[in-house]
Amino acid sequence: MAEKKTLKRFASVFLASSLIMGALAGCNSEGTSTAGGGSSSDTTSDVIKIGANLELSGAVASYGSSIANGAELAVEEINAAGGIDGKQIQLVKVDNKSENSEATNAAIKLATQDKVTAMIAPATSGNVIATAQIANQYKIPTVTASGTAPNVTENEDGTLNDFVFRTCFIDPFQGIVAANFASNELGAKNVAIYADNASDYAKGLAKSFKEQIEANGGTVVAEEAYVADDTDFKSTLTRIKSANPDFIFIPGYYEEVGLIVKQARELGIEAPLMGADGWDSPTLVELAGAEALNNTFITNHYSSQDPEETIQGFVEAFKGKYSESPNAFHALGYDTVYYIKDAIERAGSTDGEAIQKALAETQDLSLITGTFSVDEKHNPVKSATVLEYVDGNQVFNSKVNP
Amino acid sequence: MKKSKAFWVFSALALVIYAVVQGLISSGIIDLYYQNILVQMCINIMLAVSLHIVIGITGQFSIGHAGFMAVGAYFSAIATMKLGLPLPVGLALGAGVAALAGLLVGLPTLRLKGDYLAIATLGFAEIIRIIFLNVDYVGGAAGMVVTNMTTWTYAFAGVVITIIVISNFTNSRHGRGAISIREDEIAADAMGINTTYYKVVAFTIGSLFAGLAGAIYAHNFFIIQPTTFNFLKSFDILIYVVLGGLGSLSGSVIAAIFLTMVTAFLANFPETRMIIYSLVLILVMLYRPTGLMGTKEITSLFKFGKKGGTKP
Repeated sequence: MAEKKTLKRFASVFLASSLIMGALAGCNSEGTSTAGGGSSSDTTSDVIKIGANLELSGAVASYGSSIANGAELAVEEINAAGGIDGKQIQLVKVDNKSENSEATNAAIKLATQDKVTAMIAPATSGNVIATAQIANQYKIPTVTASGTAPNVTENEDGTLNDFVFRTCFIDPFQGIVAANFASNELGAKNVAIYADNASDYAKGLAKSFKEQIEANGGTVVAEEAYVADDTDFKSTLTRIKSANPDFIFIPGYYEEVGLIVKQARELGIEAPLMGADGWDSPTLVELAGAEALNNTFITNHYSSQDPEETIQGFVEAFKGKYSESPNAFHALGYDTVYYIKDAIERAGSTDGEAIQKALAETQDLSLITGTFSVDEKHNPVKSATVLEYVDGNQVFNSKVNP
Repeated sequence: MKKSKAFWVFSALALVIYAVVQGLISSGIIDLYYQNILVQMCINIMLAVSLHIVIGITGQFSIGHAGFMAVGAYFSAIATMKLGLPLPVGLALGAGVAALAGLLVGLPTLRLKGDYLAIATLGFAEIIRIIFLNVDYVGGAAGMVVTNMTTWTYAFAGVVITIIVISNFTNSRHGRGAISIREDEIAADAMGINTTYYKVVAFTIGSLFAGLAGAIYAHNFFIIQPTTFNFLKSFDILIYVVLGGLGSLSGSVIAAIFLTMVTAFLANFPETRMIIYSLVLILVMLYRPTGLMGTKEITSLFKFGKKGGTKP
């Protein structure tokens, strides 16, 4: 009797789940059938499919969904203006759960099931690398909005990932910009570096900053390191203070930096402090306090307060659609779509290799996050924006060219 | 006699499945996308079955399985990418080192019970992850780029070996010793069973196959990063085992296949993906509080029994 009951339950679960699966499979086959139709008549179809393989859930979902929002706005604008050569863009979004394996799966899905013309690659460098081989294999031009690690486009052995591009500048570049800003704008001579030792990002920035500041004739008087999750930095900061630097570079993420800035000011260090895009978070202001943050600077991809007309136009359009002020990821996602659009227009076709060539030959393309040309390693050569914290608010300071 | 028959039936079944899928792949009906999902399914089955021997059979609540997967992934990747050894050697090395790690972790921790053991294994898995995070030789936080070398054949062979070894272990004298520990450790001790020995053996075998799964994972997904193997990955594996039914090998296999398929189908619905996934889990646990299969095996659903190698 009891067994019969469990069997009945078993059956009902299976029926319920098969119903769900059936419904999902239905949606799925619908999607693939239109995809098949699109690809078989590539030249005559009136849509261009752009895949978006993004972190829409999981650990770094805020990056991925910001890029997706920016990209959607761009697609809407382009379609409203008549599309690319009369063809409408269709954005195919796929979630990769912020996991490498899912990113690979999503890339394969976009390449083989949806047969997209181009892909927006994931937001984080590791996930982009997980899709790079697929992009090369299926010859689908792939652009990451925010994968900043150098080895995204260039493998360790020096070979290039032919079909992988990016819209953002690479990590070491921010160190160079910070060094040039310190010597040229602030006239710093004796600098200190205080870097996060547990992050490749911070170590890369510290290295390029040091090389550039020494090339500019500055001296590094103190070089210290902390480890992520530290909370007391006073002893190291006292050491830095005794070296008497007139500028301190602190590459790292906002959680520790917030405490470092606060404790540095408490110890009476008045020198200007500078960091990079890892500082860019409202949490920084909460941790450090608005007053301590005065006379600190960061390099970033763009500023929503940049007075330039095109940027203000974008900010207005974005606020109209999402009623919030766009951050750097929104802007990069938006730019990535325009970057791909520009290449497809110049290539004059939706053939992967033609678009790849056009992307690699991009010259002086003017976008929200700057005007750029692509170098031989598929990295954009573009300006970085320097922001200054004034009473807890980021204020546009200047644009620094490479 | 019966057991060897079951073994041959299972082997024949495995061969048929392999031949059919391989045929579909070479004829192009299964394209790379589904092929990749199949490989992922195989990896998940191996992980589920290798945790099943620790939790389901021996009754030791370990939530650090991703740590051994990481060991297998990194050591096999070092063998193939840094030392230039062939893939089979890399897989064997990854699995071997993971087993060794399992032994080293198991010896001190398996004297603990219940929640304490769970916390200790979680801690060890995190230690393993942090070590990889801080070793520049394997790329630190940025991870290690690995060439794709695995095929469906490797993954399926891994699954077959895993299931054969673990079901044979379960049906052996050692397996019964392990099951007696699950049922009542004090009674087992009183009956003269060397409980620590059996626990460590089961744990080591589980780590070995987790390492093998990790090694195949590393050579299928182009890059391995320490963050991939965090405690959430351990929980994913735990979900397969619990959803399938604690103590049921076929349940673990079915749950791994089922959840991999759910995840793959839901990739098209990014906004609602995790909600539906969680709903599926909640529904299954409501309807089947002891998991999909309970402690039963799939073979016991058939009256004529004895088919398939998973039932004693």
